[in-house]
Amino acid sequence: MALLSFERKYRVPGGTLIGRDLFDFWIGPFFVGFFGLTSIFFASLGTILVLWSATLQGTWNPFLISIEPPALEYGLGFAPLYDGGLWQIITLCALGAFGSWMLREVEIARKLGMGLHVPIAFAVAIFAYVALVVIRPILMGAWGHGFPYGIFSHLDWVSYTGYQYGNFHYNPVHMLAVSFFFTTTLALSLHGGLILSAANPEEGKEARTPDHEDTYFRDFIGYSVGTLGIHRAGLLLALNAGFWSAICILISGPSWLMPDGESWIEWWDWWPNLLTSIVGG
Amino acid sequence: MAEYQNIFTQVQVRGPAELGLDPDGILQAERGGTPRFSNLLGWLGNAQLGPIHLGMFGVISAYLFAVWFLLVGFNMLGQVDYNFYEFIKQLFWLAMEPPAEEYGLSMPPLNEGGMYMIASMCLLISVISWWIRSYLRATELGMGKHVCWAFAAAIWLFLVLGLFRPLAMGSWSEMVPYGIFPHLDWTNYFSLNYGNLFYNPFHALCIVFLYGSALLFAMHGATILAVSRYGGDRELEQIYDRGTASERAALFWRWTMGFNASMEGIHRWAWWFAILVPITGGIGILLTGTVVDDWREWAIVHNFAAELEYSVPECSAVCERLNAGK
Repeated sequence: MALLSFERKYRVPGGTLIGRDLFDFWIGPFFVGFFGLTSIFFASLGTILVLWSATLQGTWNPFLISIEPPALEYGLGFAPLYDGGLWQIITLCALGAFGSWMLREVEIARKLGMGLHVPIAFAVAIFAYVALVVIRPILMGAWGHGFPYGIFSHLDWVSYTGYQYGNFHYNPVHMLAVSFFFTTTLALSLHGGLILSAANPEEGKEARTPDHEDTYFRDFIGYSVGTLGIHRAGLLLALNAGFWSAICILISGPSWLMPDGESWIEWWDWWPNLLTSIVGG
Repeated sequence: MAEYQNIFTQVQVRGPAELGLDPDGILQAERGGTPRFSNLLGWLGNAQLGPIHLGMFGVISAYLFAVWFLLVGFNMLGQVDYNFYEFIKQLFWLAMEPPAEEYGLSMPPLNEGGMYMIASMCLLISVISWWIRSYLRATELGMGKHVCWAFAAAIWLFLVLGLFRPLAMGSWSEMVPYGIFPHLDWTNYFSLNYGNLFYNPFHALCIVFLYGSALLFAMHGATILAVSRYGGDRELEQIYDRGTASERAALFWRWTMGFNASMEGIHRWAWWFAILVPITGGIGILLTGTVVDDWREWAIVHNFAAELEYSVPECSAVCERLNAGK
């Protein structure tokens, strides 16, 4: 068990949400805690069920293994184990594991006297998953609207679902989400590059300072958001990317939002129609 | 048990504007714009806007970008007979299109794509000038060139789309139209025409790094904010002389997932993830239509797609068309 040189002084009891100091210990580098045990339980059970499902499917090609959701006719009920029931249990395991992992992050953050930004950020990612496999299926009335768990089968699902609504590129919230993803990546490259360029200056130069960082960006684009601000900006951009991705799929499907056969391409007619009704022509 | 969580700046302190370092005593004269302060920006980070450096390459870049923008705009305006109302009404649908296929790699007449080629040349020189600017600004301050090389990665994707792939395909018609919906349509048909780009492994890598970048920035941004009470946002100082903020940030991830980066290392992860998005994406596009004509066929041959139908619960018209093509 390798310890970082400074690690021992931080390994103190406390900060747990459940179980006091009963589960308050480490295995190797990992903190355990009550939620560590539930994480292991759900993750192991889910993995075993995925492997079982693969044996039923009859392939060990990792690209082709796919756990299919129930057929649409089962609606929101339980499906037979071999006909989507495994997908339902695996989904429950995933939800259990993700939720446990988030609460374990809360315990670790409390133990280290840190803010709760990481578990809150993780909650946004969990929300995106829940939107896909719980909220949208419930809104549409069948678990069969969840996506299959497989490397390329989930891509087929994305492709198919996108074309169900004409052309998903025309979904305005999808546009927003993609813009946030691109902007996050741009901001990440600028932040990573700026820190590295200050910490690894030209040959023979002394290490650069935050003043150099601010000066570089003010000279370059007229604005430097600053050492603290870039982390707020990055976190906000990344969370918005995940959040609006979830919203863009939630608004595609439920019939009271989008009737069957409706296309995002035609959705945009509101703009010329609005102008025509106001201005005419 | 309420406790302080660093979200927005609650009290903004205003001092005199910072004009920037000037190691050789020449930069100050090249800076323009009186610094202003914005309360809105101040909630997030620095409130100060400006000054900005006005170098030759920056001015060339801004000028040629404006020329490109106006050429595209007036071309669109011309398509609606210079009727400004129609221009606004149809703005999202209008496009400045690349030349037709029959012109190959020759220069087409001005009104049949020639203007598009001129506009594209302006955009290219504008982007390259901005890249040179990113290099020169770092040189003046004695900094590394990491931002500049990251920008070069994005330019690689830009060049693949607008130069390398059209050259390889033998026609400027392969370039991307300038327009809001038209460039999305181009993307859509690019995927459909080449057998579903989701089966292009470099596209898959590109998406992995794109989502990975969002994941990394969420993790990094959240971690730094969470240790900001220990001065974690002073990253350079923490790199040069590790403090308790770095130690807690590292231990948080070590205890969570058994692994942690260092304060400097996380920025190397960040830089690589971000630049691999356009690098892998560019490779995927360059191979499409030049080396591989149908990515799904290619995936079946290489044993990572099943020859059966698409794995979907029910088939839409488009999906039936896709299956019928196999």
